[in-house]
Amino acid sequence: MKKIIKYVIIDILRNKIVLAYTAFLLLISISIFNLEDNSAKGLLSLLNIILIIVPLVSLLFPAIYVYNSSEFLELLVSQPLKRKTIWLSLFSGLAASMAFAFFVGAGIPILLFEATPTGFMMLGTGILLSVIFTSLAMLAAVKARDKAKGIGVVILLWLYFSVIFDGLILFLLFQFADYPLEKLMVGATAFNPIDLSRILILLKMDVSALMGYTGAIFKDFFGTQLGLIISFLVLVTWVLIPTWLSLRKFKHKDL
Amino acid sequence: MIIASNVSKQFGKLKALDNVSVNCGKGECIALIGPNGCGKTTFIKSILGMVVCDSGFITFNGKNIKHDWKYRENIGYMPQIGRYPENMTIGQVLDMMKDIRGKKNDKLDEELINKFGLIQILSKRMRTLSGGTRQKVSAALAFLFNPDVLILDEPTAGLDPVSSEMLKEKIIAEKNKGKLVLITSHILSELDDLITQVIYMQDGKLWFHKSIDNLREDTGEEKLSRAIAKVMTQ
Repeated sequence: MKKIIKYVIIDILRNKIVLAYTAFLLLISISIFNLEDNSAKGLLSLLNIILIIVPLVSLLFPAIYVYNSSEFLELLVSQPLKRKTIWLSLFSGLAASMAFAFFVGAGIPILLFEATPTGFMMLGTGILLSVIFTSLAMLAAVKARDKAKGIGVVILLWLYFSVIFDGLILFLLFQFADYPLEKLMVGATAFNPIDLSRILILLKMDVSALMGYTGAIFKDFFGTQLGLIISFLVLVTWVLIPTWLSLRKFKHKDL
Repeated sequence: MIIASNVSKQFGKLKALDNVSVNCGKGECIALIGPNGCGKTTFIKSILGMVVCDSGFITFNGKNIKHDWKYRENIGYMPQIGRYPENMTIGQVLDMMKDIRGKKNDKLDEELINKFGLIQILSKRMRTLSGGTRQKVSAALAFLFNPDVLILDEPTAGLDPVSSEMLKEKIIAEKNKGKLVLITSHILSELDDLITQVIYMQDGKLWFHKSIDNLREDTGEEKLSRAIAKVMTQ
């Protein structure tokens, strides 16, 4: 397994896109921290950029990479290797590269400028988001044989998680404004890792006081030790389920 | 060595394999013959586990291949169209395969690498290679690990006459060492001095599997190409 991960990572490094992504993140985070006189405010600006860029790149790059390495996968499958080993190695290589790119590009500036609990929360959720969206991308890539279709699905997934989901929630809130939906909203966040990460980070900041009654309910749940542990378990589930589904599919795929 | 029982595989509406049962023994050189799209490559891929068959099973040395993967250590496969990571060099591909297979250097069979002159072009990237050179890399890889079974899918297609002759000599040498060789080819005249048995498939069905001597007797033709032509027109 280690050998294949090694070849995947060498290939990704040779590709240079991940290096460019790292440099881009580094540029953004350093310039944001330097623009704002208050680094806590800088973190808030960075949050919004990261919650858009990290899922997008972590969906697109791994999906395209999986399609482009179809030759490599074909070659490996005819060798004495388990399909499970091949697929998990590919996932590990990709997830590790995306997470490491985030760590270097955004994590190191965060640690330098804002090594507070909020900063650590952002570092942790950012790495988890990279892995979550890599696993979703691989699921899409193994399900759709056609490259254009697979990449289209991945873009729709990104739109869904970053725009459409929030719209649906707002719609529901307005439609059922007469009912107490606050508790339901806590549950609904479990269905979108981006929202969940945003709430986890925002609640660590002072701005959470501005979120009104719903904010108070959120704070009641996510502010506690138990709520935090549950949220992280939910995020980990977001990694495990797509990986498991894609692995099941890959094991029976005709190459 | 390889036994397939009632193997069926369907791609959408197309029945690529329809109840195919074959028994391939050691020391044989078997030609898989049939018109285009008759399921030869699908059959080969299902032996390798690249295609998962819908029903029936295949055993390798008495073990079902379905939940096994180690058996592929004993197979050298040369695909019809060799597809390799495009931005790796020949040398890197060879090293990677050696690394993955984890075989010691002294057990490797590098005869074809030397004969085909791949040593001189080790630093060429796969994407710059011509079709014939790719075939040479595929052939070299198939023989590299000294496998007990060789599966060659149209091995000489695209090779120049000299290299194709080298490959044929190599195939005969390996057959004489008691290895099982499975070949598909459309150039039947090439197969005459190679093979001992013939498997003929059409529309995903196995039509016959007999030794070349039997086939010659039954059709009264000495040449394989004529014998097959006679069978096809019957």
